[in-house]
Amino acid sequence: MTQISDPAAALGRPPSRWGDRVFYAACLTGALTIGVMLVLVAYQLYQGSHLARAEFGWKFLVSSTWDPVDEQYGALPFIYGTFVTSFIGLLIAVPLSVGTAIYLTELAPIRVRQPLVSVIEMLAAVPSVIWGLWGIFVLVPFLRVHVYPALQKVLGFLPWFQGPIYGIGMLTGGIIVAIMILPIVTSVSREVVRSVPNLQREAAYGLGATRWEVTRIAVLSYARRGIFGAAVLGLGRALGETMAITMVIGNSSDIAKSLFAPGYTMASVIANEFTEATTDRYLSALFEIGLVLLGLTILINIFAAVMIRAITTEETRRVA
Amino acid sequence: MEINANHRRRKFTDKAMNALSVGCALLVISPLAVILFYLLKQGLAALNWDFFTKLPGPVGQPGGGMGNAIVGTLELMLLASVLGVPVGVLGGVYLAEYGRDRLNDWIRFWADVLNGVPSIVWGMVAYAVAVVPFKTFSAYSGGLALGFIMVPLVLRTTEEVLVLVPRSYREAGLALGLPRWKMIVRIILPTAMKGLVTGVLLAMGRVAGETAPLLFTAFGNRFWSHHLTEPIAALPLQIFAYAISPYDDWHRQAWAGALVLITLVFLLSAGVRFISSRQKS
Repeated sequence: MTQISDPAAALGRPPSRWGDRVFYAACLTGALTIGVMLVLVAYQLYQGSHLARAEFGWKFLVSSTWDPVDEQYGALPFIYGTFVTSFIGLLIAVPLSVGTAIYLTELAPIRVRQPLVSVIEMLAAVPSVIWGLWGIFVLVPFLRVHVYPALQKVLGFLPWFQGPIYGIGMLTGGIIVAIMILPIVTSVSREVVRSVPNLQREAAYGLGATRWEVTRIAVLSYARRGIFGAAVLGLGRALGETMAITMVIGNSSDIAKSLFAPGYTMASVIANEFTEATTDRYLSALFEIGLVLLGLTILINIFAAVMIRAITTEETRRVA
Repeated sequence: MEINANHRRRKFTDKAMNALSVGCALLVISPLAVILFYLLKQGLAALNWDFFTKLPGPVGQPGGGMGNAIVGTLELMLLASVLGVPVGVLGGVYLAEYGRDRLNDWIRFWADVLNGVPSIVWGMVAYAVAVVPFKTFSAYSGGLALGFIMVPLVLRTTEEVLVLVPRSYREAGLALGLPRWKMIVRIILPTAMKGLVTGVLLAMGRVAGETAPLLFTAFGNRFWSHHLTEPIAALPLQIFAYAISPYDDWHRQAWAGALVLITLVFLLSAGVRFISSRQKS
């Protein structure tokens, strides 16, 4: 056995700590970018809307005048349009999504499930502008000729279904939104329903319940909170939908009671008028609409994240 | 008798509700079938070699293509990745390998919240930081807007695939005397490579179809752009402009563009599926 004269020399130089420090700093920077982006987006929109906030104050949110010629700006028509289309979207999408989630977890044969999930992921991947294109040339004419007249005949006594039918309008916008939020609401609902412990189901089966009764009593009542969270997440997506709605809603800043009438949403007014905003005040008003939109979506997303945090997985986020 | 009737009613409700949920599932997937049908029907008819190579023609003159927009979209995706991939991956490494629980939870939470911020808002931010100071719309600003969208997406998927790497790999690496960063770069990242690529491809597919953030950043261009400081064409922008135009020929081109765009997006997600299917076997 050879004698080691100097144990320290045998171990060699201690590895340099620089590599570790630099790499750690780089990773930390990457992670903190999230915080930087959050501050940046809030600051830029706040700063950009400075003129409009100084000029109109809180009245901006409740005034329904949008008159670029007269330089008078109020965001109410857009807030109204955004909520109407999102609400219609949720009304259509949530029941369908929950039904699909139940089919996927409780009823579908095993070999159907994965393909169906893949199809829903593909649906989520279709870009907004393509839905808009399809909306203009296929959905709008179809609704105008076949669906809306029938709807008016049946429900025409309600103020929402009166007035001329153009095809484009808030109801069409809502239908497009519904299609676009279906995948996310479905996949989150599916996660929620899947997370219901089997013991719940077995207990209900043990009492002699039919399959639907098991779903209603054991699954749905257990998953209610999570499904609500899925709907809220869908609302967050619906508020921010831009291109497809812009292409089918008609872009009119009048507040109309009829759902057949054209409307406008926050995101679409920004999309349409941002490059046309010739004055600083005009641009600033659009920035303030962006600020309102940002505030709303952040609040709603926080709410949704808190409600469904525990049960989302990679698959859910894939369609988000 | 009473019990029998009750039983029959329950059986019937059960059948009806099952049928209803099958109906829901069919309704949910039907838009995909419908849109693919129309894209193929309308798009294939307008696709030809010129579409991929030529510039858009002047109004009223049939022909021309979207060559510049296709190249522009690829350039924008690349630019977005230059920002989104390194930042997202490094941030994801931080969440998975370093950091304290408190801070990590906050970063995760806000990344999820940022994922829900409407894409048009990122366009406004990019406009404020990259268009206004330089007084011109540019490919850079468009790439920045898309990069903003990519960062939280890539960050979250990166973390998710890294935590799947078994702990023993890390211990083995450290026990061999590797510095921590070398252990991560040489062992953890290669082990998780397929997952990382999956996450990046998904994020690229997502930004490839984004239109709203490009409206006032990349802006669009009817010609080839020779420099990244110039406005640049993008496929989604071109589809939008043509779809809302009053010309039939442009409508046809919009359908063709949509077919190309969706093919690009689906190719990316097919790549993802291919990678993850090989991972399982």
